[in-house]
Amino acid sequence: MTSPAASESRSSTDMDRKAAMAVLAQTRPEDLAKAYSSLPVAPDYDFVRPPETGLVMVRGRTGGSGQPFNLGEATVTRCVVRLAGGQTGHAYVLGRHKTKAVHAAVCDALWQCETSRPLVMASVLQPLKTRQEAEAARLAAETAATKVDFFTMVRGDD
Amino acid sequence: MYVAVKGGEKAIRNAHKLLANRRRGDRSVPSLTLDQIAEQLALSVARVMGEGSLYDEGLAALAIKQARGDLIEATFLLRAYRTTLPRFGYSTPVDTGAMRVERRISATYKDLPGGQVLGPTFDYSHRLLDFALAAEEEGDLPEPDRACHTDAPMPRVTDLLGTEGLIEPDPAGDPGAAVGDLTREPLAFPADRDLRLQNLARGDEGFLLALAYSSQRGYARTHPFTGEIRYGAVEVEFYAEELGFEVPLGTIKVTECQMVNQFSGSAKAPPAFTRGYGLVFGQVERKAMAMAMVDRALRWQELGEEQTAPVQDEEFVLSHSDNIQATGFVEHLKLPHYVDFQAELDLVRKLRAEWFAARDGAKTGTQEAAE
Repeated sequence: MTSPAASESRSSTDMDRKAAMAVLAQTRPEDLAKAYSSLPVAPDYDFVRPPETGLVMVRGRTGGSGQPFNLGEATVTRCVVRLAGGQTGHAYVLGRHKTKAVHAAVCDALWQCETSRPLVMASVLQPLKTRQEAEAARLAAETAATKVDFFTMVRGDD
Repeated sequence: MYVAVKGGEKAIRNAHKLLANRRRGDRSVPSLTLDQIAEQLALSVARVMGEGSLYDEGLAALAIKQARGDLIEATFLLRAYRTTLPRFGYSTPVDTGAMRVERRISATYKDLPGGQVLGPTFDYSHRLLDFALAAEEEGDLPEPDRACHTDAPMPRVTDLLGTEGLIEPDPAGDPGAAVGDLTREPLAFPADRDLRLQNLARGDEGFLLALAYSSQRGYARTHPFTGEIRYGAVEVEFYAEELGFEVPLGTIKVTECQMVNQFSGSAKAPPAFTRGYGLVFGQVERKAMAMAMVDRALRWQELGEEQTAPVQDEEFVLSHSDNIQATGFVEHLKLPHYVDFQAELDLVRKLRAEWFAARDGAKTGTQEAAE
């Protein structure tokens, strides 16, 4: 499982497919649309599975690490595309945004082609990842400012 | 008894039109946008998502707007909407230990790895109305302070202490066992802990709060400490058959509460601290705490405790926690019951006639006896 911390520790250049999908899923629809439109050539694709919104039941674990239980559902939109070159791309993203799912699926397909990977990395994935990391850092810094410093009398035994 | 009643179509149509107008209110006041609701009434949105059992901020905001701010009505709208969507499957259980924490406190340990971070909280506020917010323009808000942060992990408090054996470990359970799902099978008793937790996670905050409070006041013996409360984003992953791996779907925000309860031991278990667990969508801390306390109280049988109070009665708790079921049954009383009532009316008339006849007969009898 890719934890937020684990995906951050990887450098942006060796992003694997799952990490790339995580970046796409995490991105706001409008940010993804903007990055997508910055691709030098608009990708040519067909739908294998047009975007469809459904539900995924989110599970938690009893006590945090015990037996699973069903917490509640979340909306998810999925999509499968095939590029003109034949490569398919998949997307499963939280929310009901169909365009976002299409963009994510196309980017997934582009990432899988050796030839187009550098392009999608440079135009879409790396800029979005940099932005997400900056947002995460800002949130972490704001949170850290509310950390409690306890003042205790020194007892001298440690 | 229900009888089809015709009529009232025009009245209903006009009532709906009137409702739409009343919902919009004075046209000189700008209409609320969903972004405004999602951003500025985020805790209402979280509550509706949790009790609606559907994580989607945009839909919850829309439901709140449509319901004129009636959160139970909004929850109802969300529950109805979810039935229109196909189910893709179940996520991998979220890892709250890897949470991107925005708040984390413990009332049991002052110094813990990662420390105590207050985050955005009403705690320590004086609950004085802030009239600055009533001003048309709120003015520029100072940016929040920032401080150095590390990516040091923030392990769950209960995981830190579990090693000593003083706190019970999480129940491992059978990895192959099916996980109960209330959206697929109706609730049946006895209910296992997975079903109980699902029920409580979507239960009414007010009901759980009252039950938790009752347990503190002596209706069942709970003496809990807040082991930990944490709030933040967790990644959701979904195993996609066609891909053969767990796809990251994005993140959701959840609040987790670990309550730690004193436990003096029983025939079944040695003395140790036991735990109650709460997990809810969004920043809904009060409910996460109440859920953890009720979860713990419902475990009386497993721990060999005595059952003395309503909060321990799973049939009572789980059957009445759902505010959509509750509101359905209570509010159905508004529907026409004309025929039932007519029957009752006839019955009461008959009983009264008999009662008066009996009284008058007795009076006459007494008078006759006196003469």
